[in-house]
Amino acid sequence: MNLLIRKFYYGDIPEEKGGGSYYQTEQDTTTWPLWEVFIRSKQGLDHKHVGSLHAADAQMAIENARDVYTRRMEGVSIWVVESKHITASNPEEAGELYEPAADKVYRHPTFYQLPDEVNYM
Amino acid sequence: MPDQEKINYLLHLADTTLILSHRNSEWCGHGPVLEQDIALTNIALDLLGQSRLFYQYAAELMGNTDEDQLAYLRTEREYKNLLLAEQPNGDWGQTILRQYLYSQFQQLLFQQLVTHNDQQLCAIATKSLKETNYHVRWSSEWVIRLGDGTTESRERMLHAIDELWPYTGELFDPAAYESVADVDFTSLQQEWNKRVKLIFEEATLPVPEKIFMQQGGKTGAHTEHLGYILADLQYLQRTYPNSIW
Repeated sequence: MNLLIRKFYYGDIPEEKGGGSYYQTEQDTTTWPLWEVFIRSKQGLDHKHVGSLHAADAQMAIENARDVYTRRMEGVSIWVVESKHITASNPEEAGELYEPAADKVYRHPTFYQLPDEVNYM
Repeated sequence: MPDQEKINYLLHLADTTLILSHRNSEWCGHGPVLEQDIALTNIALDLLGQSRLFYQYAAELMGNTDEDQLAYLRTEREYKNLLLAEQPNGDWGQTILRQYLYSQFQQLLFQQLVTHNDQQLCAIATKSLKETNYHVRWSSEWVIRLGDGTTESRERMLHAIDELWPYTGELFDPAAYESVADVDFTSLQQEWNKRVKLIFEEATLPVPEKIFMQQGGKTGAHTEHLGYILADLQYLQRTYPNSIW
């Protein structure tokens, strides 16, 4: 049996260093696609990425997510999306993407004098 | 003695859920994929939780005993579980089908028990029903997936039907003590047949015609499998009496 175990990092780690992007070939009929799972922990909060799992279809992915990620009452809502639909930024481009923001402290709202009456800002 | 009948009925419900839970738990660590391993173990834990509630209530009515004694110190002939629950796991398809056939029955039964005049039984059924609804959903989707899947998965499901169908007649053949359930088993059976037929049709699986049905589990006459399960389950408590976790 041709069992491939691969770990996916979605751009955090370059492909040549062990990361990879998800793909499934036409011949690959023995494994189930990978799905990303997002859980809303309570009403009013955002869905947060909690992990991934394998499932044959969306319905099974929801049920697997329910069994794997909400067993300890972690959530009230589940989103799943097939991992192949996620496009990740390229870690090689981290310099041009993120570093230009480093010396622009004026973008942080920390230069205002707040009146004492305004609490909890 | 209506109380004795009620106790017997509670033990019947407790034993069935305990034995099916034990069977499912045998898959723990052996599931075909991690996610399904967890799913089935979850179901095993749901069933174990249900059986504890039934044992606790039965022990309360009996007095001078507790849930552990009822589970660990009764013999094969005293167990009243459905024969279906004790059948071997076989392959994944057979385990799935056993779960579906039972969960579909449990769902319809508990939908009636939620209006039972015994408050405690009513409360247990209400709590369990949410779990059972999910069991039905999970197992029926697997029956469809495997029945309408590959040639091999379909053949395995056909085999599973041959193995398990003879134990489905007992579900609707009430023992004397089941009169306390206050359930119309004939209409229960019609509804069960209807639902199973729908799922089987979607799974492209045939519903067996009238065949010989096994019975006896409800009154303690079991298949050869239960003795092995109890040996496994009760070994520790019988070898080291009164030991606690």
